[in-house]
Amino acid sequence: MTEDLVVHAEGLRKRFGKTQALDGVDLSMRRGTVLGVLGPNGAGKTTAVRVLATLLRPDEGRAFVAGVDVLKNPQQVRRLVGLTGQYASVDEDLTGVQNLVLIGRLLDLSGRDARRRADELLNWFDLSEAAQRPAKTYSGGMRRRLDLAASLVGRPEVIFLDEPTTGLDPAKREDMWGVVRTQVASGASVLLTTQYLEEADALADEIVVVDHGRVIAHDTPDGLKRRVGGQTLRVRPSDAARLPDVLRVLDLVAAAGTSASIDEAAGSRPGAASVPVTSDEVLDKLIPALRAERIEVTELALHLPSLDEVFHALTGRTKAEELV
Amino acid sequence: MSTLAVARPAGGGVLALGRHAFALAKRSLIKTIRTPEALIDVTIQPVIFLLLFTYLFGGAIFDGNRGLYLQFLLPGMLAQSLAMGGVALGQNLNADIEKGVFDRFRSLPISRAAPLVGAVMADVVRYLSVCVVMLGFGTIMGFRVQTGFVPALGAVALSIAFGLCFCWISVWVGMLARTSGAVQGIMFLLVLPLTFGSNVYVPTDTLPGFVQGFVAVNPITPLVATIRGLLVEGPVAGPLTTTLIWMAGLLAVFVPLALRAYNKRA
Repeated sequence: MTEDLVVHAEGLRKRFGKTQALDGVDLSMRRGTVLGVLGPNGAGKTTAVRVLATLLRPDEGRAFVAGVDVLKNPQQVRRLVGLTGQYASVDEDLTGVQNLVLIGRLLDLSGRDARRRADELLNWFDLSEAAQRPAKTYSGGMRRRLDLAASLVGRPEVIFLDEPTTGLDPAKREDMWGVVRTQVASGASVLLTTQYLEEADALADEIVVVDHGRVIAHDTPDGLKRRVGGQTLRVRPSDAARLPDVLRVLDLVAAAGTSASIDEAAGSRPGAASVPVTSDEVLDKLIPALRAERIEVTELALHLPSLDEVFHALTGRTKAEELV
Repeated sequence: MSTLAVARPAGGGVLALGRHAFALAKRSLIKTIRTPEALIDVTIQPVIFLLLFTYLFGGAIFDGNRGLYLQFLLPGMLAQSLAMGGVALGQNLNADIEKGVFDRFRSLPISRAAPLVGAVMADVVRYLSVCVVMLGFGTIMGFRVQTGFVPALGAVALSIAFGLCFCWISVWVGMLARTSGAVQGIMFLLVLPLTFGSNVYVPTDTLPGFVQGFVAVNPITPLVATIRGLLVEGPVAGPLTTTLIWMAGLLAVFVPLALRAYNKRA
């Protein structure tokens, strides 16, 4: 085990009844980085985080946080980590400030220091105005922020975030990303689980893809995108009759060897065309070309592959096929 | 971010447990203040029981002498209300675990026992409420302490202490049961036979033999006898000793069971 691995796990296995939640998971995260754990519901992401945060004992395997054995010295590990679970575990009857002061007191801060730290975090998370209100009056996004603030009271070296943005609207998601980046800038290491490649791409230095309790890929975001096929450019004309013209324009601007196609994937709204692209420079050519053809569009976007497409690329099957 | 240092004294053990439990007890009290309706079972409910039994059944049980029956009944009802007052604790803990609040506590470097001990500590307020309401409303109805201020204070102290021991059964059930509704169901299955199958409502010598056997080994019986002795009349030393042994026994059995169940519950 090398010095700069702040999280290191080998061969974690955990079984709940008939479900093998973890089936030999190896993980490693370098100090001061963000590790994204990407996977669908039920892949074992939450179980892995709960093991690393000492909430759950694995059946097999070893894990270390900042060099401390999670199984042998859980109490010491708890001094080093902060955990924000998938379900905001704030106390609804307590106010924002009472929630944070309680955590501070449990971390053996003096009453005054706990109060000061609470005010600082509430201010930082833009919750100062709601500080004196019971958390049950908070919106979903505010609750998430309070929950995250609670996990930061003790200035943890390692922060575990279990699906921190699931259920948040896009603006709140960006806010949460900003918080993660700030934490890393101030020296923390962050392990976060997510169902979105987009999120892992935006935040993570490295991405681990898990499926059925196993790690099926561990790569940088760029490396992973290369393997799963980069981005897709999608254009939706306001007049569906112009779709053939859109196809022609896309073929023209896209790299040689790729061809545009009309979106027909199950669940996608009809009337749009897509083409795989390797960089966003293609937009510089596309927009003048669309204008020259006088094509009005209602959607023009670069998309990263969805989780489903990632799995398709990595395993050769889609999650939908698995259910059949 | 400021440079505020996180003070983490190395001192662990009982002192830290006490400090953390105290902080968590404060949390429970804040919750209680926010939801006063959660105090109905230790305020209005005992009063209703007292009224019901005194005026509905009292005449029949004590040959029409309701005043005398109230003197007999109130110490017993105090014990019953204490036993019932502990049920809510298990329900609340069960709900807290379901909501994930305890995940936060588990991920902190505090004793695993602290959240449970803290919740039990906060229950003192509820048991004190039972005592104050019972004695206060009882006095309005005509109940009179026959002994004196110090024995009465002793009765209150013993009642609260017994409540704190007895409620660990509820804590344990709260850790085991799947829903908070189930906690209530299971606890009442235990509390109702214990409190009705005792010397709370009628003198034991009026009961058939096999029921007398149950009453004799029931932990509520010596508690009620002691409280009667301290508030009205009767021997104290004997039943008090038995009660204290029961309290120690309850702690010795149910505290470890509750802690084990809590640790097992993921």
